[in-house]
Amino acid sequence: MSATILFTIISLSAIGATAAIILYFVAQKFKVYEDPRIDQVDEILPAANCGGCGYPGCRGFAEAMVKADDLSPFYCPVGGNETMAQVAEVLGKAVEAKDPQVAVVRCSGSPTHRERINSYDGASSCAISSSLYSGETGCQFGCLGLGDCVDVCDFDAIYIDKETGLPVVVDDNCTACGACVKACPNVIIELRKKNKKDRKIFVSCVNHDKGGVAKKACKVACIGCSKCVKVCPYDAITMDNFCAFIDANKCKLCRKCATECPTNAILEINFPPKKVKPANPAEGKETPKAESKETNNNEINKKEG
Amino acid sequence: MLKTFPKGGVHPAEGKYSANSAIEVLPLPKQVSIPIAQHIGAPSKPLVAKGDKVKVGDKIAESTGFVSANIHSSVSGTVVKVDNILDSTGYKRPCVIIGVEGDEWNESIDRSTGLKKEISLTDKEIINKINESGIVGLGGATFPSHVKLSIPDDKKIDVLIINGVECEPYLTSDHRLMIEKAEEMLVGIQILMKALGVNLALIGIENNKPDAIEHIKKLVKDYPGIEVHALKVQYPQGGEKQLIKALINREVPSGGLPLDVGAVVHNVGTAFAVYEAVQKNKPLFERVVTLTGKSVKKPSNFMVRIGTPTSDLIEAAGGLPEDTGKVINGGPMMGKALNSLDVPIVKGASGILIMPVELSQRKKEVNCIRCAKCVSVCAQGLEPYLLNRLAQLEKNDKLETDGVMDCIECGSCAYICPAGLPLLDYIRLGKSRVSQIIRSRKQ
Repeated sequence: MSATILFTIISLSAIGATAAIILYFVAQKFKVYEDPRIDQVDEILPAANCGGCGYPGCRGFAEAMVKADDLSPFYCPVGGNETMAQVAEVLGKAVEAKDPQVAVVRCSGSPTHRERINSYDGASSCAISSSLYSGETGCQFGCLGLGDCVDVCDFDAIYIDKETGLPVVVDDNCTACGACVKACPNVIIELRKKNKKDRKIFVSCVNHDKGGVAKKACKVACIGCSKCVKVCPYDAITMDNFCAFIDANKCKLCRKCATECPTNAILEINFPPKKVKPANPAEGKETPKAESKETNNNEINKKEG
Repeated sequence: MLKTFPKGGVHPAEGKYSANSAIEVLPLPKQVSIPIAQHIGAPSKPLVAKGDKVKVGDKIAESTGFVSANIHSSVSGTVVKVDNILDSTGYKRPCVIIGVEGDEWNESIDRSTGLKKEISLTDKEIINKINESGIVGLGGATFPSHVKLSIPDDKKIDVLIINGVECEPYLTSDHRLMIEKAEEMLVGIQILMKALGVNLALIGIENNKPDAIEHIKKLVKDYPGIEVHALKVQYPQGGEKQLIKALINREVPSGGLPLDVGAVVHNVGTAFAVYEAVQKNKPLFERVVTLTGKSVKKPSNFMVRIGTPTSDLIEAAGGLPEDTGKVINGGPMMGKALNSLDVPIVKGASGILIMPVELSQRKKEVNCIRCAKCVSVCAQGLEPYLLNRLAQLEKNDKLETDGVMDCIECGSCAYICPAGLPLLDYIRLGKSRVSQIIRSRKQ
């Protein structure tokens, strides 16, 4: 009996040892060299696999960065500058800090502003709806409200507001991976520079129709009047085909355009209420700019009223 | 045993209410909006500007490539403007808007009503004439006809197939044309045969139009080489791949064209337009449009000038019924709901269908139960439930290998689905994504 057990153990061990030796040589022969730095970089990356960097997953991104000589075209929107600095340290390459970005939804066409003129009962997808027709409202550029952007977001950073039917970005969760930008068939969502305290000024409209047509379809549409272009002291606003656009890199958040806009298409978000601004009315008199005086006076009047 | 295609197919309620209404000429509208993109391919380039005077049949937009078509004025009057107008695509597109003044035709058009049988032009001249007259496939796909007639040197064509199937429920414009303009259509077929250099033309007509079949069978004796075949009623027999299979039992290969099996398919409406263009020098500026629906007071077939607002047709047929749910451009299977009644009639509009509320609503979506009804009705032998899921998950490479590009978008799968899934919507989405990928690969 014990001989059988002994024989089994010995023969199995012999087979195992032979196989191990063969496998060792095979592994040596077919060894694929992988840069150990890929693993190191992969460790640092956030492992969200969102594709915001433009590569298939974090591992693909790590491989590309290890191979590249220059890190300037690479950026991990989820990890941000901190992660990129760590990656640069591991790879011994230089990296420039980039401005963090956040997604903004450039449409304010809630049902109160933008009348529904027909009803869509097809598949609940913006991509399908936009392939069929221009949507439930008179505006063929605006938000369709079926939530393709919500479906693609990996970070719970966007949701559809039930009252307005429009997507809302949660700034704290948004990593600016750009998935929603790609998913939106009407290209309403834009990645913009993130300012201090999440302050934002942007034209919340992408309607390229002429003023009258745009206004008829939506009360808060950009009508292309160019008032904002004229008032902007920093040349940050351009008018393209009856729709204004504020360049976030030039904008200094002075808010003059928002005050000027006749349709309230320019939104100012997370700013303190304007009443606080003219702290000292005496100072206001000394400033040479006529416009600021006016605003100040208005504010004071409002205060008194 | 009547011929038909072997795989799949459905038979929806026919509802051909307007089958016995003779074609009426619709009174001229006050204003027409003629879109400059009415065909598959490159949009045309407008030749007129605000204030220009035009006559009926004047060229107002020029073809901008091989796959493109000329567009002619359908009325006489003054160009009001060239502007973006909501058209049947559901988007605002550039249109030439003409205010109607009188009805003055271009002098070169032969307005006599007599039948002209002798074909004096050569094959090249015929194709040029068809190109010049802006003729596109009038079955609904609006593919420029001269492209279909220009056969590459390495291909050999032996049969012309004429599509008189009209498998879409409700629509009767081709049916009426086959009864009232049969002789002209037959001469048109002979012209097409001459252009292609073939000696055989087969007309396929579904068996629910016995009067048309009988009428053409009687006339066809004087036209050598043309045969009429009655087909079993089965949707989507009007698809060219299905019609070729049904009539001559040849199968168009995946990704191929009818050319690859030696056939060219044209619609009966196109044959009639070809007759008018070649024999009467009349460009394509009017067509037969069916205006029908369950609650429509007077289901009719109208001869309509291109660019006439849809509302004019509805008015002429007794007004918009109260229980209207959707107004559909085309048939109930492949047509598309309009989002405005001012949408102009275009070359591809074979019918306007007014659906009551109870027939126009989609079924409530529930889960797929893998009953495979969609698989059994697919005339192209695809698996719609699978393509639907793959499109939702954006698995584009798998979609391509599973043959999404072979889908003819007939909608049989969505029609039969007991779970009410929007199968075709997602397949179409997948198809457009895959075709984009294929295009970018070629570049």
